[in-house]
Amino acid sequence: MTSLDFSTTIGNAWFPAPTFTASGCASSGRELAQFFPLREMGGVVTKSVMSRLRPGRPTPRMAETPSGMLNSIGLQGPGIDAFLAQDIPYLVEQKARVIVSIAGETIEEYSTLARKLRSVSGISAVEVNISCPNVENRGLVFACDPDASRRVIDGVRRTLGGELPIIAKLSPDVTDLVSIARGVVDAGADGLALINTVLGMVINVNTMRPQLGGKTGGLSGPAIRPIAVRAVYQVHAALPKTPILGMGGIANGKDALEMILAGASGVSIGTASFGNPTAIMSIQSELKQMLIDRGFKSLKDAVGYAHRAEDAPHE
Amino acid sequence: MSPINKSAKQVLAPIVSNKRVGIYHQIIVNIGDLAQKCKPGNFVAIKVGGENSALILRRAFAISRVSTTSPTGGTMELIVAAHGQGSSWLCDRVEGDVIDIVVPLGTAFGVPTEPVPVLLVGGGYGSAPLFGLAEVLNARGSRVDMILGASTASNIYAPMEGKRAVNTMRIYTEDGSSGHTGRVTDQLYEQIKDLNVAVVYSCGPMAMLSAITAITKALDVVHQCSVEESMACGIGICMTCVLPVQGQDGIVSMLRSCIDGPVMDGALVSWNQVGKAV
Repeated sequence: MTSLDFSTTIGNAWFPAPTFTASGCASSGRELAQFFPLREMGGVVTKSVMSRLRPGRPTPRMAETPSGMLNSIGLQGPGIDAFLAQDIPYLVEQKARVIVSIAGETIEEYSTLARKLRSVSGISAVEVNISCPNVENRGLVFACDPDASRRVIDGVRRTLGGELPIIAKLSPDVTDLVSIARGVVDAGADGLALINTVLGMVINVNTMRPQLGGKTGGLSGPAIRPIAVRAVYQVHAALPKTPILGMGGIANGKDALEMILAGASGVSIGTASFGNPTAIMSIQSELKQMLIDRGFKSLKDAVGYAHRAEDAPHE
Repeated sequence: MSPINKSAKQVLAPIVSNKRVGIYHQIIVNIGDLAQKCKPGNFVAIKVGGENSALILRRAFAISRVSTTSPTGGTMELIVAAHGQGSSWLCDRVEGDVIDIVVPLGTAFGVPTEPVPVLLVGGGYGSAPLFGLAEVLNARGSRVDMILGASTASNIYAPMEGKRAVNTMRIYTEDGSSGHTGRVTDQLYEQIKDLNVAVVYSCGPMAMLSAITAITKALDVVHQCSVEESMACGIGICMTCVLPVQGQDGIVSMLRSCIDGPVMDGALVSWNQVGKAV
């Protein structure tokens, strides 16, 4: 087989493969470890953790939609202390590379979480999930407010210092994604995760009420893939030096390659794992083969390839 | 923490047969050696719709029985009602078709160490996994009695051969089209006392499981129930199929019905909080 450099980097973090779980789609990691060794993928992005234990939203939490699904989990989780005590040691023991995802209700909560991560060994990067309602500003989602987005990332950056790379996870439900991306990069984000789920709703025509307990939910799966590809393409065009973790409906190697060509340095797989527990492994091997088949020597050469002029040389 | 789905494998499995049994389909799938790992109560997650389907999520089905001695090796039996797109697709499969399955998943019914009298209560096709359980309990020397209920006679699933392991079977229909008119819980209190039942096993709609729990709690009888909540993955990663369950510390938390269930201790489920914010 032709040799291919399949590795990727986000800030100062190096990963042997560009394939990750999407936050909230791998639980503690133990559940997927039954189906493949976690160290064989690029890394595990953990479910977004908050300061305190959180029961999440009422059921039903799920509605299947054409080529997709809505979820309304409400960030159920054990809280940062239990998470650091139970989940991180397991992932480290499995030799998985770990990106910890954090979520908060206030700018201060994000900084508090970041402070707790400073001294934890075995973490490669921090994902800051800013698709949460800001309780200090009438519940407006941080990611939809350019100023609040910047302030969250600025606070996390100040707390963490320069050591751990920060990946800001952005919502597609905004008017000008590029300006929000620019803002968080200026505030100190080393990378971007694009895209979070798209807000949606299903109404049950029998009960004639919203299907989900939480009424609205996040749409994921192949239904949102073109939105994700567009988002990655636009942001990469504006910020070509900023690594992007691309996600949104990736279900096979071709989908992953599409995201890389749009400008992603790595891909996260979420909903596809629900339908196929070994999806990440097959996506990884298919992507590798497709890069080799197209003559690439390195994954990095393919990142953003779709932006090149028609007559540009291959390398 | 207990190992999660330790025996689960994702495999391509051929369908051995697909027969109509009343309004249900009895589907036998060749799962080879995995049949030895399946216990009553476990479920299977099946990919539906074929290669280019817009149905991206697996469907979960209770395993009704397994056989480790069939001529083709191990098999599992599923009782499926063609309700929606996914189950209809599965019911359309024919002998020789290969399906993508993950099995066995979830918790199993606990079998008593002593051969105590037990009562099995099923609602609709929820009775299916109880027949496999009845065989196991009967072989252990327990007296097994069964109560089945449904809205109408055609929704009752009670195969002839399934009755062999059962001492008595009482049927309830809400419209009176078969057996007694009413619900499985109507005389449950008296039946548990009369039969000196030590464990009630149940599978069916949540409202039924909740009503059974009220009675078993009053009588201080163990109630092992198989729950059903809408589920995206079946393997514990999506967090959608949760139920409010009381832990040993008395604190109610949202547990996954795919990992901590589907078989749960009915007494610990906070039935009145299902579907509400905790």
